[in-house]
Amino acid sequence: MSHSLVTMSYIVATILFILSLSGLSNQETARKGNYYGMLGMAIAIGATALSASVSSYVILMIALLIGGFIGTKLALKVEMTQMPELVAIMHSLVGMAAVLVGYANFMDEGSLSGVEKTIHEVEIYIGILIGAVTFAGSVIAFGKLSERISGKPLLLPNRHFLNLGLLISAILLGSWFLSSAEMGGGTLPLLLMTIVALAFGVHMVMAIGGADMPVVVSMLNSYSGWAAAATGFMLSNDLLIVTGALVGSSGAILSYIMCRAMNRHFLSVIAGGFGTASGGEAAEIVGEVQPIGAEETAQLLLTAKSIMIIPGYGMAVAQAQHTVYEMTKLLRGKGKKVGFAIHPVAGRMPGHMNVLLAEAKVPYDIVYEMDEINDDWSNVDVSIVIGANDIVNPSALTDPNSPIAGMPVIECWKGETTIVMKRSMASGYAGVGNPLFVQENTRMLFGDANAMLQAVLKALNA
Amino acid sequence: MKIGIPREIHDGEKRVALTPDSAAHLTKLGFTLSIESGAGVAADISDESYQAAGVEIVKTAKTLWKNADIILKVRAPEGNEVDLLTSGKTLISFIWAGQNPELLEKLAAKNITVLGMDSVPRMSRAQKLDALSSMANIAGYRAIVEAAQHFGRFFTGQITAAGKIPPAKVLIIGAGVAGLAAIGAAKSMGAIVRAFDTRPEVKEQIESMDAEFLMLDFKDEEGGSGTGGYAKTMSAEFIAAEMALFAQQAKEVDIIITTALIPGRPAPKLITTEMVESMRAGSVIVDLAAEQGGNCELTEKDKVVVKHGVTIIGYTNLPSRLANQSSQLYATNLRHLLTELTPAKDGVIHVNFEDEVLRGATVIKEGKITYPPPPPTLSAAPAAKVAEETRVTKKPSLIPPKIKEFLPLLVGVFALFSVGSVAPTSFMSHFTVFVLACFIGYQVIWNVKPSLHTPLMSVTNAISGIIVIGALVQVSSPSIGISLLAGLAILIATINISGGFLVTRRMLEMFRK
Repeated sequence: MSHSLVTMSYIVATILFILSLSGLSNQETARKGNYYGMLGMAIAIGATALSASVSSYVILMIALLIGGFIGTKLALKVEMTQMPELVAIMHSLVGMAAVLVGYANFMDEGSLSGVEKTIHEVEIYIGILIGAVTFAGSVIAFGKLSERISGKPLLLPNRHFLNLGLLISAILLGSWFLSSAEMGGGTLPLLLMTIVALAFGVHMVMAIGGADMPVVVSMLNSYSGWAAAATGFMLSNDLLIVTGALVGSSGAILSYIMCRAMNRHFLSVIAGGFGTASGGEAAEIVGEVQPIGAEETAQLLLTAKSIMIIPGYGMAVAQAQHTVYEMTKLLRGKGKKVGFAIHPVAGRMPGHMNVLLAEAKVPYDIVYEMDEINDDWSNVDVSIVIGANDIVNPSALTDPNSPIAGMPVIECWKGETTIVMKRSMASGYAGVGNPLFVQENTRMLFGDANAMLQAVLKALNA
Repeated sequence: MKIGIPREIHDGEKRVALTPDSAAHLTKLGFTLSIESGAGVAADISDESYQAAGVEIVKTAKTLWKNADIILKVRAPEGNEVDLLTSGKTLISFIWAGQNPELLEKLAAKNITVLGMDSVPRMSRAQKLDALSSMANIAGYRAIVEAAQHFGRFFTGQITAAGKIPPAKVLIIGAGVAGLAAIGAAKSMGAIVRAFDTRPEVKEQIESMDAEFLMLDFKDEEGGSGTGGYAKTMSAEFIAAEMALFAQQAKEVDIIITTALIPGRPAPKLITTEMVESMRAGSVIVDLAAEQGGNCELTEKDKVVVKHGVTIIGYTNLPSRLANQSSQLYATNLRHLLTELTPAKDGVIHVNFEDEVLRGATVIKEGKITYPPPPPTLSAAPAAKVAEETRVTKKPSLIPPKIKEFLPLLVGVFALFSVGSVAPTSFMSHFTVFVLACFIGYQVIWNVKPSLHTPLMSVTNAISGIIVIGALVQVSSPSIGISLLAGLAILIATINISGGFLVTRRMLEMFRK
């Protein structure tokens, strides 16, 4: 394949990627968008494989086949509740690949000289740096999401100085690398820098609390894009640059949207340590909770006309989405109006709840966004909070000292009755007490979400 | 101050503006009370029970009017009652200031203060003194009771040994307070109830009462809601469609209750003579708008007439026909108004024009006509003000906001120029592509729906596997080390690509409408 043909294929692939992303912004076109992405990727890989720069196909084919096989297996096997973990570990793979490509490129003695050579070396250096940070960060994020590592933020003393120190040492190592690369060396500073970058990635994600995970996941998504873009610069490959930049900026915007949904500053999320910055003492929650049983819950639901279900991470943990939908079907069959209210940061990944509800075949037109429902609570008779805590916490609006002060929340307490399903009285990920639980119109249904919902379902059928 | 309650002199008016219960509350506010002897008899409240509540019984109306500072009444003053009012007194009753400008002039000339119970603004805070609603509630209930009395059959359907009885079908036109009360009463008697209203938002209220809402097949998205929760006049096409619906319904239903009123105008004629003719013999129409001319063409005010075999009830005093109940509610409404008027609980009323409710209710203040009041401000307004205030108290930033807005842009431009000053051309062309791609990404993603965040992330993740290209171009290197590194990179990136796309596909397959 001639060089021009390859370039042409790259342009086609780029356009397909852009179409893919824009297709994904709407339910109607989302499936088509995904196919555009696949097609673009196939064209890009095909064109590259057939281009003049590729001559040995053995390793290439073996690697493609094994990789493709593993990926397919993973995609078909994964539980929808494990989506956040899968996405996180995938990000780490991109970071890893960027590091490997960077090293391979470094070992490849080029024909460049002068300023171009220096720039090329800077590109290698930055590519490996971003790749390593992405890799380490994603691995830690994976560990936190799959609960192999505690979700609590790890706050080392002077962590901001630690980060600064790591950054400065990365820059110093960079200048060392550049000066020794002139002489044909530089392997040692590059390796040292990789270690520093890995440490930075680990430390950064360790310091971020579980409730901020949606932001972190999409931020890592963005990093993996930047890593690809940096590799593109390194290899003077426009397709990589464009695609990397697309992914990078889309991930950054997604993180920004998430931050806005939590009313928090992007930097404060990245700097980590949720809830440590607030000044005064958060108000103590006083009052009695009013427990309720499954049968009484069923009675309440039967007398209600309009029911709103607010799912949270607890629903994902208990795998309760199918039971929830069984109940929804039954209640809708009885002529009740049933809807779902989704907070933008419910769960551990942007859009996590939507995916789970979709898996349970909940039609997406009865799933409402927070903003759509918050003015309507006066018309809701019963709302059921399933394993959510911080996103229904009234103190975000009322208590300026609360760590989640100012975060928009689903204002379910404005409805007639709220039933909160919860394992125990423990506080949410943010470690904040929730005055909702002691409100006069709140009833607490304690127990595993799935088991309790099954009991409610049984009582409804009885 | 002394409050006096005269006996209502209007023909057939049985209500009274005070009950022993409300008297006890008013005494607590610091007022002394007197009532004309026999004022409560028609509402089954004896002089003795008033006396027991500490109310002085006054023999003649003349003495009562003379000694009282505040007069509480049901009906607007008529006949010599106006002459009995002297300067400085306060009158609280229904006035209907909009319909009775002459009365208003006469009262103003007396240099008194008048509060109209019908002028109380419709807002959440004023609900407890909204006498119109409490009276409408009673009227709606009583309308069904009257209809039942003149209707020759059961309301509820029954299957008896002597045969099957179909349930009565009731059509309610206008689902205001009276309409909803009528729905509730008819429903509880077992009838099939349908209701119509020009305001589409009451559909839910009607359905919440378990009645059927009759939809108008009408293209124009015109809503019938005027200000203050009342209906407004509709367009000609709308009325034509509406009339067709009524004509068809008239043939089917047994009882029609009409409650359609537009404030300050004659009642719209909704039930024509032909419609009445098309109704089954023995059907009943209760026209709650009879006072304002009636919704039915054949309605005769204050009378029950039988025309074309259909009984048409035009009573205008339905609340008075449930005198004890309506006296209780009305007296309670009055008590709440007086509570608002005496914030100090010292028995001295203070007509505070800063208070929106009192401003709205006052039609004459110290001889000056203050009707109509300025339009009520929306209840949302104060909340917005609070938000504004909190925004103002925000700490001022060190950098002026105007510069702050441009700061990122300035930094960006500066960074771009400093890169441009040292970088070679080959780099710059790549850089151009990079910056443009960032912008495309920004534009494309900005409008994504939150429910699609996860699939989007997973697809971008798959796409970021494009890094495989970087490995592909290196895999054919003569150096074995490089080849192996690149091969490993290909393997990892391919996992990412295939996994990412397939899992996205799986997810998207699940999103169903």
